[in-house]
Amino acid sequence: MKPMLANESLIAAQHVSKSFPLPEGKGEHLVLREVSLTVRSGEVVSLLGRSGSGKSTLLRIMAGLIPPSQGQVFSNGKPLRGANHDVAMVFQSFALLPWLTVQENVELGLDARGVHREERRQRALKAIDLVGLDGFESAYPKELSGGMKQRVGFARAFVLQPQVLFMDEPFSALDVLTAENLRGEIDDLWNAGTFPSQSILIVTHNIEEAVFLADRVIILGSNPGRIRGEVVIDLPRSHDRAHPHFKELVDYIYTAMTNPELKVTGAVSAKLPVSTPPVAPVSPYAQHLPHVRVGGISGLLELIVESTQGEADVYQVADRLRLTVDDLLPLLEAADLLNFAEVTQGDIKLTASGRDFATTTILRSKDLFRQQILEHVPMLVSMVQTLREKRNGSMRADFFLDLLDEHFPHEEAERQFATAVDWGRYAELFEYDASEDRIYLPESVTAVSSEEPS
Amino acid sequence: MLKRTFPSPEALRRLPFGLADVSVILGTLVLLALVARLGAGTLISFHPPDIVPSIDLNPHHLPYYAGRSTLRMFIALFCSTVFTLVYGYIAAHSRRAARVMIPLLDILQSVPVLGFLSITVTGFIALFPGSLLGLEAASVFAIFTSQVWNMTFSFYQSLRTVPNELSEAATLYQLSGWQRFTKLEVPSATIGLLWNAMMSFGGGWFFVAASEAISVLNQKYTLPGIGSYLAAAIVAEKPAALGWAALTIAIVIILVDQLFWRPLIAWSDKFRMEQSASAEAPESWVYDLLKAARIPRLMGNALTPISETTNRFLSALTRPRSTLTMDTSRQTKDDRVYTLLLLLVIGALAVWTLHFILTTVGLAEVAKTFGLGLLTFLRVTVLLIVATVIWTPVGVAIGFNPKLARLLQPVVLFLASFPANFIFPFATLFFIQTHISLNWGSIVLMALGAQWYILFNSIAGAQNIPTDLREMAADVGLKGWKRWQKLIIPGIFSSWVTGGITASGGAWNASIISEIVSWGQSTLTATGLGSYIAQATEVGDWPRITLGIAMMSLFVVGLNRLFWRQLYHLAETKYHL
Repeated sequence: MKPMLANESLIAAQHVSKSFPLPEGKGEHLVLREVSLTVRSGEVVSLLGRSGSGKSTLLRIMAGLIPPSQGQVFSNGKPLRGANHDVAMVFQSFALLPWLTVQENVELGLDARGVHREERRQRALKAIDLVGLDGFESAYPKELSGGMKQRVGFARAFVLQPQVLFMDEPFSALDVLTAENLRGEIDDLWNAGTFPSQSILIVTHNIEEAVFLADRVIILGSNPGRIRGEVVIDLPRSHDRAHPHFKELVDYIYTAMTNPELKVTGAVSAKLPVSTPPVAPVSPYAQHLPHVRVGGISGLLELIVESTQGEADVYQVADRLRLTVDDLLPLLEAADLLNFAEVTQGDIKLTASGRDFATTTILRSKDLFRQQILEHVPMLVSMVQTLREKRNGSMRADFFLDLLDEHFPHEEAERQFATAVDWGRYAELFEYDASEDRIYLPESVTAVSSEEPS
Repeated sequence: MLKRTFPSPEALRRLPFGLADVSVILGTLVLLALVARLGAGTLISFHPPDIVPSIDLNPHHLPYYAGRSTLRMFIALFCSTVFTLVYGYIAAHSRRAARVMIPLLDILQSVPVLGFLSITVTGFIALFPGSLLGLEAASVFAIFTSQVWNMTFSFYQSLRTVPNELSEAATLYQLSGWQRFTKLEVPSATIGLLWNAMMSFGGGWFFVAASEAISVLNQKYTLPGIGSYLAAAIVAEKPAALGWAALTIAIVIILVDQLFWRPLIAWSDKFRMEQSASAEAPESWVYDLLKAARIPRLMGNALTPISETTNRFLSALTRPRSTLTMDTSRQTKDDRVYTLLLLLVIGALAVWTLHFILTTVGLAEVAKTFGLGLLTFLRVTVLLIVATVIWTPVGVAIGFNPKLARLLQPVVLFLASFPANFIFPFATLFFIQTHISLNWGSIVLMALGAQWYILFNSIAGAQNIPTDLREMAADVGLKGWKRWQKLIIPGIFSSWVTGGITASGGAWNASIISEIVSWGQSTLTATGLGSYIAQATEVGDWPRITLGIAMMSLFVVGLNRLFWRQLYHLAETKYHL
């Protein structure tokens, strides 16, 4: 291994933007905007963001798997063209070839580099030993548990002794205990100074994981993906979860992530300003709905009411429910949007209507939900308005999808639509016929509106 | 279960050391001797019309004839595999090539294979004058065209659906083109390819029998094989010989299944994509024998350095491409030119075909063939409806009974690959004696092959209905027709569509030989597009052959687009279990 020079820049992304063409030539969707990021030797950097922040895309651009639309990536000072030779990657789904044994999987990269058979074997065995899979060399992946599969994934990356090890949510496909165990071992290996790479770049949506593993946490914003700021984890390695500062850091990041408009300064001790209400979007169809089911919102609210008298620490809730950011944040966001709760400084506090919603009967909760929607979700209000203006009280789904397409990439537009339909159906604002792909006003409402003279 | 480097103790106890090896050596030698003996037969001289190989109806010769036919099947299978790998690879890796190759494949799949024979036989005989090789090649080609399109489609689909992260890993770890092909692409396609090859191979027996004894351009050609034995027996009006032929083909199908396909399927289980062990791994005694023997492994070890060198050489030739940046604006411009060129070529071909048909046979003939096509279409429809009404209840009953299903599924698979043309003569005899018009009889003949796909898929569909749903149906008291309406029909719908597509394609193809059948000197003819093509082929009427084939392809493609694809979509979306 090369001697470590502190602060030597290994991989640098400079002003990288990435857009993907939309289907049917409807223009382009911007995934990343003007992202600059440097990974230096001897550090663990974590990319933290919610879905839609383009964190995996950024990782793949820096690995040379996909080209940036604008900007450049430098690896060891040289501009990158094609797959990055200084990088090895650990994948979320392990990406093992099921028809090769553990050893053959680990040897894959060496084989591609033309390393001779005997040397290949030696080095592979060493790497397998390092991840604690001794004795499983001739096993096939399907005989292994998830955690062991990911160990093979690590061994396959380690054996190449890359300058930077890339990890794409490496623990998110594992169960909680296995993930904890493997995360700890990787951290130990890094702290012991025997890690087979000089730096680590890890993509995650788990805040605690990011604070635990990384020296620097880069927080990405969504739509389009961009860097909001970074938080330096100024704790002695290995990062002690019981340390009060650890909790401060996690709380700070939670607050930053629940309030997309906040400026991330990294100054943890200074309290973040209370969020200002977002400026109302121009078109009702530009409003971003968090993709959660109504049942999920009421479940969360009920839990908070029952256990903590309507006020809770977000970090503790996440920990108790074993929810990752991607699961919990949309729920919080929805509760906030519908004014069932207020989320500030890493705390969640139920409002009066939120309390009511969580404790009342199903019929009353539907009423409450409808009230809040009509007050706070202009998109659904506009949809109902459109249906009322039609004589037959119905409209093709495509019509709304087209409106959404103007503000979101098509896939996201479809998810927006699905969420809107789910909420609207629950609130009994309209009905949706999936086989005909049409939205209707409920019978009683059409009866009323048809009586009106046109 | 861990993979062992040495045979398991049970395996050693079952077969003491050496016995497995002896059987492997003996088996290999027998195979080589057989191939040499059968292959020699293809080199005898042949000068039509004076010297044509004759067929001896003595049943003692049947094993030899069957062997010759089987050899043809395997040569065709080999060609199909090579073609599949090359064609599928190119189509999957070149976006532009795919735009021509995939629709072409779609059309070729719908062209009636038997209509090809007339064109290919004349061509191949001209290629190998004075030798039987020309006829051999034509027969092999007929089998090839009957099985290759399925396999190619399967391979192409597998290449397109290689999991994204695996593909990324291959790129990042800089696998060369060759390594990517052998370590990622072919393995991930193996299971699909094998199953398709096995099914197509089963269908191939029909075409080997039909292509060995044909009359093209007023000439009778005979190629030693089980199909020509059958033809000779029909001319000589010998039911006993027919019985022997049917028995032989049944034995051959079972042997090939046990000695070739079962071991391959058992072996291919390791290419399963699921990262967990499958509940029921396929088994094969031949595969167990090969695994227990030491010789294959020793030979494998001895060959390692050679394969290593070859791999390295091929890898050096196919270095990973490292071009990432693409100028998108120029690309779209080139694409437009390419599309324009394609349209021009297609337009020219269409104009030329139209011109050829109009100048030779005229528009009235086109209308006539369209009418004939409708008649054949009616037959296929009646067949599908009747086969569905009869076989779906049977299939569902079998499928709901796991024990029965396990027992009968291989039997139905066997029946599906049993070539229906071996039954045709018996049916013909029956029609002649009972004075049934072939206009109706041909439906039965077409059904002889096609119905099994309906049955087989009904069984599979019924097995796929979750037990929970069946218990629920019993619990809420669904009975009789209501049970069918609410549970069974929606539940087996997607399987039925798969079976229906296969059955209808098979029936169209079979119409060419089932709308005109003979027994000795008497010939029965049905009015339809199939008999039209068969008659045109016999007299070598090129314009009518072209018109007939084109019309039939049009019918099949049109039906696929307008009817089956809609049903398929419905099955994928609404009735997906």
